[in-house]
Amino acid sequence: MSETDSHTLDTVILDTATRLFADLSTSETINAAEKGEWPGALWQAIEASGLHLTWVPEECGGAGAGMLDGFAVLKAAGAAALPVPLAETLLAGWLLAQAGLEVPEGPLTIARGEHRIGNGAVTGVAQAVAHARSARQIVALARDGARLLVVAVPVSACALTLDRNLAGEPWDTVDFNGAVATLSAAAPVGLDADSIDAMGALVRVNQAAGALGTALELAIQYAGEREQFGRPIGKFQAIQHMIADLAGEAAAVNAAADAAAEAVAATGTVDADAWVEIATAKVRLGQAASVGPAIAHQVHGAMGFTYEHRLHHFTRRAWAWRDEFGNETVWARRLGDAVLGWGADQLWPRITAVTDK
Amino acid sequence: MSSSRFRFPRVTMPAAARALRQEVREFLAAERASGGYVPMADCWASGFSAEFSRKLGQRGWLGMTWPRQYGGHERSFLERYVVTEEMLAAGAPVMAHWIADRQSGTQMLRHASDEVKNRALPRMAAGQTFCAIGMSEPNTGSDLASVRTRADKVAGGWKVNGRKIWSTGAHGEGCDYMISLVRTAPVDEKARHQGLSQLIIDLKAPGVTVRGIEDIGGQVHFNETLFEDVFVPESHLLGKEGHGWSLVVGELALERSGPERFLSSFIALREAMQVLAANPDDRTREVLGHLVARIKTLRRMSLGIAGLLQEGKSPETEAALVKDMATRFERELIEQLRVVLPESVLLGSSGVLPRLMREAILRVPSSTLRGGTNEVLKGMIVRQLGLR
Repeated sequence: MSETDSHTLDTVILDTATRLFADLSTSETINAAEKGEWPGALWQAIEASGLHLTWVPEECGGAGAGMLDGFAVLKAAGAAALPVPLAETLLAGWLLAQAGLEVPEGPLTIARGEHRIGNGAVTGVAQAVAHARSARQIVALARDGARLLVVAVPVSACALTLDRNLAGEPWDTVDFNGAVATLSAAAPVGLDADSIDAMGALVRVNQAAGALGTALELAIQYAGEREQFGRPIGKFQAIQHMIADLAGEAAAVNAAADAAAEAVAATGTVDADAWVEIATAKVRLGQAASVGPAIAHQVHGAMGFTYEHRLHHFTRRAWAWRDEFGNETVWARRLGDAVLGWGADQLWPRITAVTDK
Repeated sequence: MSSSRFRFPRVTMPAAARALRQEVREFLAAERASGGYVPMADCWASGFSAEFSRKLGQRGWLGMTWPRQYGGHERSFLERYVVTEEMLAAGAPVMAHWIADRQSGTQMLRHASDEVKNRALPRMAAGQTFCAIGMSEPNTGSDLASVRTRADKVAGGWKVNGRKIWSTGAHGEGCDYMISLVRTAPVDEKARHQGLSQLIIDLKAPGVTVRGIEDIGGQVHFNETLFEDVFVPESHLLGKEGHGWSLVVGELALERSGPERFLSSFIALREAMQVLAANPDDRTREVLGHLVARIKTLRRMSLGIAGLLQEGKSPETEAALVKDMATRFERELIEQLRVVLPESVLLGSSGVLPRLMREAILRVPSSTLRGGTNEVLKGMIVRQLGLR
């Protein structure tokens, strides 16, 4: 991937995504999706635009856009509380492309961990598989003795136990149950279940950065409109300072998300340097997704605690996503381990290395 | 709907900056090994060494971005960033020249007379002349437009009366100048920001008295400076008479996004790592992960502002946001280290780390005060967001 590909954003892709999401990811659609109605029109529009193939190279049937375009689309998706598995389809497409596999049609999702495969039949149980029931295939890692494979398994052949996450998004337990893989190829050297967790974490950080951005916008708007004691509540310093903190948290997550996205885009994979940036971003999200939604709700008062108000589309997603693919405790311990491995003398050089390549 | 109000673009250090970093690291390692300095917490506001500053001047590491004509080195803002962050990360004693290098020199370069620039800047770049800030007064803190120090027009200049406070380093050897915000016209309550000017006051002039003030840790690093009929020549006016407010706002912007806002006590973390590595439990790992994640993110944001400055933008709100977040982090850093460090360090009486921890704890209240309190900064942020 050239320097230009990896570090230049294609504004057309982002503009297309932002417009499409604004038109079709409405509050009604999001609420209906939570009640179990598949937002068909929204998904069809996404497929028609090719956004779901952003991370798939042309030789695998994709759009061949840059990694950064995909992360920018994910921020926009989070900002719109998109109720379809676009993030999961991007992630699945990325994993398939790592193994050189062509990406099948329809919405996809991804299972964490390492499962088993023998004679083409996949076994194992994956928990918290986002949007599994809405996907056509589940992409996962499966081991056949010494060989680690990237596989795609039709959802229709798996046994699902349905559940939903904090945001009301489908979050199912998948028993592969001997389902036959429709696609399989050797995983490239260096790609393992940890790589999936890292990419998944970064995907969630980008979505959550978008969601926190919208929570901030809603808080600013509400504080300017809601009047108490004869003036907009945004005129009170106590409210102003909370919103300043929310703006800071949103800005910090955005910055951390960008740093990690750029590190992944530099090679197209999760190498050791990119892993540190991802760990940083997921840890930073943990803080922002705790402080930020609390402020947004406090500013909105009881109104923002109702299902009718759309604030919860964004706060609940931030709460769900901070936990998925490892929460801040898990990632902070891993990062702390890495930091101890650097040692005191290399601590500062490692911190500056990110800008000194 | 915009998903991010504030942008912090990616900055990549050019080859010259990377080479410079190695040079600075080698210099610092050699200095520390030879006893040229002992690392300090909050080194940029309490580590005074005129000798160390002169060494940096000799190496061309002061006034780095200024024109050669004035003793500068015409290097990039990023190269200057590299030098400052390396000094901070090492806890080097950079207080003497910090104000001159960060803001006073730049402010003079932009707004001072040729006479002043020719006389003062080359000496500042050499580390031979230092500066103090002259903004706050005993009755003027966050409400800076309320300054009362008066400058009355006399033949050839002004006669200044009043007092400035918290002017870090003004008592130090070689501290010759203070850019002071003074009233050159009576206050108009309807236009409080008018009638103010910035004057360069020679701290060795007759009528100037500098009195050190002890901080809560018993250190004297800031002062009260009294002006009694101090004559200031016309050539010491910055910009135009009556334009002091816009000048001081520009000066404050130079203060707010630098690495000193989150690296003041980084040296304590660096030293603590030696101890923590011996027997790390999960809590220690978690704390280290959190701290490094915060530092990396703040550095990204702080450097992003340097990037915006290079694009010719004026990221004042971004700088306020980063300073607010970074200075709160400085407090968290010390508190987090406290809870994982063993008693032998916290209660220990010898060695570098126990001293650094005590220094840092006693210095940290100033982090969220100096250069604009966090409450003032939050006011700037919400003004940008349209709430004020």
